[in-house]
Amino acid sequence: MGKTINIQPLSRIEGHASIEIKLDDTGNVDKAITHFNSLRGFEKYVEGKPAEEVTRIVTRICGICPWHHHMASVKAVDGCFDAEVAPAGNMLRECMQNMAHINDKILHFYFLAAPDFVMGPDADYSVRNVIGIAGAAPDLARQVIKMRQKGQMMMEKFAGKVIHPIAGVPGGFSKPMNESQRQELLKDTEELLEFAKFSMKHAKEEIFPKYLDSVKTLGVINTGFIGTVADDGALNFYDGKLRLMKSDGTFEDFDDSDYLDHIAEYPMDVSYGKYPYAKSWNEGFSMDLDAPKGVYRSNCLARLNVCDHISTPLAQAELEEFRSSFGRPAQLTLLYHWARLIELVYSCEKTKQLLEDRAITDPTTRNSVTPKAGRGVGHVEAPRGTLIHDYTTDDNGCITSANMIVGTTHNLAPISMSVEQSARMLIKDGHVDETILNQVEMSVRAYDP
Amino acid sequence: MPVKVASEWLNSCSGCEIAILNLGETLLDLLPELDFVHIPVLMDHKHLGQLGDKEHMEIPKATVGLLSGGIRNEEHMEVALEMRKKCDILIALGTCATHGGIPALINSFGNDQLMDRYYTTESTDPKGGETAASKGCSPLLQRCYALDEKIDVDIYLPGCPPHPDHIAAAILALLKGETPELPFKSVCDTCPTIRKGKGDVKEIKRFVASPEFDPETPIDTMRCLLEQGYLCMGPVTRAGCSGATGEAPKCISARVPCRGCYGPVKQEGNQLLDMLNALASNGMDVRDLPDRANLLRFSGAHNRLVAKKERK
Repeated sequence: MGKTINIQPLSRIEGHASIEIKLDDTGNVDKAITHFNSLRGFEKYVEGKPAEEVTRIVTRICGICPWHHHMASVKAVDGCFDAEVAPAGNMLRECMQNMAHINDKILHFYFLAAPDFVMGPDADYSVRNVIGIAGAAPDLARQVIKMRQKGQMMMEKFAGKVIHPIAGVPGGFSKPMNESQRQELLKDTEELLEFAKFSMKHAKEEIFPKYLDSVKTLGVINTGFIGTVADDGALNFYDGKLRLMKSDGTFEDFDDSDYLDHIAEYPMDVSYGKYPYAKSWNEGFSMDLDAPKGVYRSNCLARLNVCDHISTPLAQAELEEFRSSFGRPAQLTLLYHWARLIELVYSCEKTKQLLEDRAITDPTTRNSVTPKAGRGVGHVEAPRGTLIHDYTTDDNGCITSANMIVGTTHNLAPISMSVEQSARMLIKDGHVDETILNQVEMSVRAYDP
Repeated sequence: MPVKVASEWLNSCSGCEIAILNLGETLLDLLPELDFVHIPVLMDHKHLGQLGDKEHMEIPKATVGLLSGGIRNEEHMEVALEMRKKCDILIALGTCATHGGIPALINSFGNDQLMDRYYTTESTDPKGGETAASKGCSPLLQRCYALDEKIDVDIYLPGCPPHPDHIAAAILALLKGETPELPFKSVCDTCPTIRKGKGDVKEIKRFVASPEFDPETPIDTMRCLLEQGYLCMGPVTRAGCSGATGEAPKCISARVPCRGCYGPVKQEGNQLLDMLNALASNGMDVRDLPDRANLLRFSGAHNRLVAKKERK
């Protein structure tokens, strides 16, 4: 048996994971295993809690995407309590959730992923980061930091708390938006849209062309996809039906409350995380690189693959260009970065649309709800993928059972496969260096886990 | 000479790290004075060497260490010990680090109860459950611990997340050789809502209906949420969530009651006992609370929350 390489911790990702690469006697990859090491147990400790309180507990599942947990959770509690959601409250929720996508995409593309492309995968680790970018391209870095900050602060100013929000409540939203707030947010969103357009153009002209060879080879696997679409098949982050697509492009649509008929999670010996797979394909679960079974992907590339179209004009034009270059479904893993920027444009356009509708300033944003026994499934598209919260309550409206499948977990199997693929491709005859190990990690970062 | 900074995250959500990034341009302007030597969220310095071939974890020496999250498994313990060993001044960043935070809610249950539920959820395939997490996964400790239950902490910076203003103030103070400290005030001390003394409402209401307020008028025209009958943890929670802005506490500004995310007013305080006292002295009936342990949702470490079978 040859040596073992431990990439620990994976970095420039959100969360705790490591990679263990075992080489054989000839120095080639025998096994490449990704460990997902976090287990906190939210499903257990929300038991017994009043359901309306759980909406502000589950936010701590993720400090990068707390708005999405908050929204999936309030929707699930709406279901438990048969709540009628005030229309303006629903618009405010959708608006804030789309806004949260904007900041997240700026964070991932520029702070976490871009160092590999701007500084290069072979740059020294001490400069291959956002601080290095600040030194090498100070004007761009300042602009990026300003824009991300603007996105965060506009949400905080209106909704109170941006990290671990509290303004979503069963039955609606805790406070209305007045006309001057609407106009201010609209102005800020227009500025963010300009930045999104710049980012898309900059990446297509200055970044992606340099890495086309890597795009064609690194982390490449063949899988199905999951995402959310509106009734007309348009991309939607906040609401709609789930669409599960096979790698041949055929798909089935279903209501989120039926997710148990379509998805199951497989426990593995190498991780605390459980690996979701498509149960409804009736082929079991396997991460075999040549013949995977039941494996599908989530997050931006998946959403762009499953949707029929995008309801906003600039993002739709980008989608058409993307599809003419890479087909549908597009399988190349590094295309996640490209898809993420298209979604950045979409989330700005969509937020702008929502803010342009004056109905969002209706002062009635919240209906009273009555705690009761029931079951509710709430889902949204979080930046990292389809996010499902499923609660059951007792007569007192307290949680008796909770099940959650969060965005990144859908990608645990695909990430593990992309890691194995890139490690086998890059590590040959005992030759391994920092650049190679970083490239293996790049195949993880594309998924933004 | 820039000050060397190392940062790590343990049983946490990354919200504290996002709060650091929310310093925005302030962080950019501070960068020339800071030398980050280890920060996994932003930088690829590895525990086991850049080629992944070392046997023991190593974090570079630093003057300031920022450590978020509580300690829940053996790997967290190892990282915490290494951070303590390598950092001259260790900051417990965020309420998970100072008091266990939300993940310490697990302390009401045993690990066996957690595993039983986790591997039998409605979507879990029963196949594969036997050997789950048996290879290369860090074993859980018995409980979720605040940092100071296991290592010495120099500075406590609670908050879920801590306000970026306080993070900046702490770093600036350290750059000047001073010791930063948050004031020991309560959320109520910084809350502008109208308090008339004792509330008229004697039953504790769940937050399933809107409190009374006029959205067109400022927050200081709204009656205190506790006096309106809603459970609000303001009296027993450390102030700071609105940073140095001078604005109302964040949840209150969204017309939502406080749930205690900055932990107790004093580091060793007990939010459950203090809140029951506060409610009783307002003449409110504490039997109305559906789940008392909920009052410790941010501060369940330090043996505050314990599994039922341990209670005997």
